[in-house]
Amino acid sequence: MIEWLTAPFQYGFMQTALLATVLIGLACASIGVYVVLRRMAFIGDALAHTILPGLVIAYLNSWNLFGGALVAGVLTALGIGWLSRREEIREDTAIGIMFTGMFALGVLLISTVRSFRDLTHILFGNILGVTGGDLALILVITTVTLALLFLFHKELELTSFDPIHAEVIGLRPDRLRYLLLVLLAFTVVSSIQVVGVVMTSALLVTPAAAASLLTHRLLRMMVIAVIIAIASGVIGLYASFYADVSSGAAIVLACTFFFALAWGVNVSRRRRAQMELGET
Amino acid sequence: MMFPYSNRHHLDPVAGAPALDVHDLNVEYPGTRRLALRHVNLCVPSGARVALVGPNGAGKSTLLKAVAGLLPIRQGTAAIYGNPIGACHHRVAYLPQRGEIDWRFPISLRSLVLTGRYVHLGWLRRPSRADYAIADATIEQLGLRDLANRQIGQLSGGQQQRALLARALAQEADLLLLDEPLNAVDAATRAIISEVLSDLQKQGKTVVVATHDLGRLESDFDGALYLSEGSEVPPPPGAFIGTKVGATS
Repeated sequence: MIEWLTAPFQYGFMQTALLATVLIGLACASIGVYVVLRRMAFIGDALAHTILPGLVIAYLNSWNLFGGALVAGVLTALGIGWLSRREEIREDTAIGIMFTGMFALGVLLISTVRSFRDLTHILFGNILGVTGGDLALILVITTVTLALLFLFHKELELTSFDPIHAEVIGLRPDRLRYLLLVLLAFTVVSSIQVVGVVMTSALLVTPAAAASLLTHRLLRMMVIAVIIAIASGVIGLYASFYADVSSGAAIVLACTFFFALAWGVNVSRRRRAQMELGET
Repeated sequence: MMFPYSNRHHLDPVAGAPALDVHDLNVEYPGTRRLALRHVNLCVPSGARVALVGPNGAGKSTLLKAVAGLLPIRQGTAAIYGNPIGACHHRVAYLPQRGEIDWRFPISLRSLVLTGRYVHLGWLRRPSRADYAIADATIEQLGLRDLANRQIGQLSGGQQQRALLARALAQEADLLLLDEPLNAVDAATRAIISEVLSDLQKQGKTVVVATHDLGRLESDFDGALYLSEGSEVPPPPGAFIGTKVGATS
């Protein structure tokens, strides 16, 4: 059994994949808690889709794929904030416009390429293909994301549940939102390596949503979300190593399984509370 | 080292200036050109308790929000201790209406009250033991000690209202702007809040309260400004007048 568990990690590419999984789980799940609490799930999904043209342009010019995605992601994040800063266009409308427009541009660019075999892992992710250079970038993104979430924790928390008080004491909730959007763009770009453009929002939203069913404390929620994300990543690694299935899909399904589990715990806790209430 | 949230300087009060001096104030509804307040005047001396009285939609909340720096001023002036709005955030506490907060957010009552200290902390600094002590004292004062670790969504309406007032007190501001603190709360909460208001007066704090309740004006306030449809109106016959705070009353 132990051998079964350790055997895959004799290979260098599996060690790299494991490290990448842990780092991405850390970044995605902790920022994902804000995504869920601030009801930004749609934005997370949109950001993942809008980086497609950046990726394709970078691919066509043999630039760094990561760089292309990052530029597109940050531009989208700022574009959504800019379009919806006034009342004429609601934010979800702004997201819908950016999201489909950019994704269509990406698909159009892909259709100009004869062979886009390499781009399938952009769409669905391939954790086993992470290179040393990718890993270094993922490490930087995760470190920066966690550091900023830590440094601005009290301001991010306050603007999430009471932006009015934040404004009264001189904070600018919109600027903290931009910060969150840019960080979100960074983490999304790193997670497309794992689960691809199409399923990235699963890593952001599902572990955090599962954690939100289990606790009423923000920090605890982040810790639980991170554990779920990393556990799902590791399960996905084994699945793709032994069963030769798509790593991205396996990771997302593991996340979904953990969410179902949390849902079950939540429901049974409520039942018990109701029964206790009925007895007294 | 402190890095304040607002890059404006923290100005000292101008000697002899009233706590709040609003002159010929016009304020628009956000995103529209319609005026929510028209030519409103209000002068609140330091240490006074003043009620803003009027039906829903009269402009009471708008006036408080404009003074709190939440709405842009179209025309006229508003000075707090002789300084422009936003020059001394720590000296002004604002109690919002309950509906403006996401009560499902995973935060405890104690942490909510602690956010009242943030204006004194600024960027990067964490609450100190002294900040926690101040928060705990106001929680105690409002009779919420046993609920300090509850998630804020699991409090009753009256408890939520008291939690918000505890936060406003924890800020240790000199001017408190309270928007309908007695709206739809239970009798116990009403009694506690009334007591807090009279405590504040003993401490020499200035309090401006929006209310549509004409009942307790005499006992709880020194003066009143009557508003209707965004303008000052004369007090209804027989209504409480007190110290003159507006243009006519």
